Amino acid sequence: MLTATNLACLKGDRLLFRDLDLALTPGRMVRVVGANGAGKTSLLRILCGLALPEYGTVEWDGRNICANRDVFHADLLYLGHLPALDDLLTPLENLRFALACGGEQASDVACIEALERIGLGAQLDLPARVLSQGQRRRVSLARLFLSASRPLWVLDEPFTALDVAAVAELVQTLEAHCARGGYVVLTTHQDVPFAHPTEVFELAKYAC
Amino acid sequence: MLSGTSGIFFAVLRRDLLLAWRGRADVLVTIAFFVVVVSLFPFGIGAEVNQLRAIGPGVLWVAALLSTLLSLHRLFARDHADGTLEQLLLSPDPAALWVMAKIVAHWIVTGLPLVIVAPALALWFDVEQGVLGVLTVSLALGTPILALIGAIGAALTLGLRGGGVLLALLVLPLYVPVLIFGAGAVEAELGGIGASAHLLLLGGGLLGALALAPWACAAALRIAVE
Repeated sequence: MLTATNLACLKGDRLLFRDLDLALTPGRMVRVVGANGAGKTSLLRILCGLALPEYGTVEWDGRNICANRDVFHADLLYLGHLPALDDLLTPLENLRFALACGGEQASDVACIEALERIGLGAQLDLPARVLSQGQRRRVSLARLFLSASRPLWVLDEPFTALDVAAVAELVQTLEAHCARGGYVVLTTHQDVPFAHPTEVFELAKYAC
Repeated sequence: MLSGTSGIFFAVLRRDLLLAWRGRADVLVTIAFFVVVVSLFPFGIGAEVNQLRAIGPGVLWVAALLSTLLSLHRLFARDHADGTLEQLLLSPDPAALWVMAKIVAHWIVTGLPLVIVAPALALWFDVEQGVLGVLTVSLALGTPILALIGAIGAALTLGLRGGGVLLALLVLPLYVPVLIFGAGAVEAELGGIGASAHLLLLGGGLLGALALAPWACAAALRIAVE
């Protein structure tokens, strides 16, 4: 279980939010909502341990994430704003490297299947620099098909630049992950057709 | 478990070498810079053999140091810009492992070629053939130290505006001991004292840098992405 207690986030000299408490239980999808600049990305980065909160703690299974980085990061999948793709590598090479980074092992066949499933079957051998924004986004999302064993998914604007078919595929994957007892935290500005209503977490309530 | 944790080392090493191969032009610039800087000295100083012989080792070392500096900013900049660095920092494996892999790949691409071409360039300065071996060994031991120390500077200045100049100011003073013992090794060999003391000191420095730099780098990178 992921618990955040009493979080405060300072950006420059502005306090974005404070006294923020968030508890995630298995099988729930939490959607963080807030205006631009409300601190959605900052919150997600704090939850991942990429940034430190000004105040407060984040715990995974009752243990502080900063003190147990290796255990926590083995359970976490974070996809940020930046797609983490190198322009000179092909989608397949990028995906394989992303998995190796996370300490995961997947066969080439599994990687190719994941890329075909997200609709990049024809682009397997092209360098990432010739891909469109939506296609680049898809390459990073292909990781979701191969990382089902990681319980906690933190996704920053995963639906940006995707077409309708890809959004539907992604929604299905996220809901399947929740049904398995996984945790999903995401931000999005789009109206996404989730089958089950997601839990909405209003950042505005904690704004200063 | 061992193969599990060293997996990231080889994955990063392989990726960085592959990227260097696909972006060959960037890499060749470093070597070309080294060759051009070294070649300027005979033109500027004139073809006075004794003078050239005296300054040869020092010139080669200073040029190697400047070429290393020239390529340092590339070490983490690309991964920082495209988000790969975040993913690496979220890896369950120790950060020092992949930082080390990046530095090793960087040295293979930018340092090793300098070590290889330096003996050929030394002939322009009429450096005695007998000491070419010492020169090569001193560079082979010294350039990895330059890369390791430089990596800390590159990590500390990552994402800063005007980071390049700051990087030079941070790193160049730390390069001075390496320069003294590196260039000094050749002088000592020529002077008949033998270069072993200098080379041993360089070797010790290399081991120290290998042990400490990856950790310092990893800590600096965590701050840089925050």
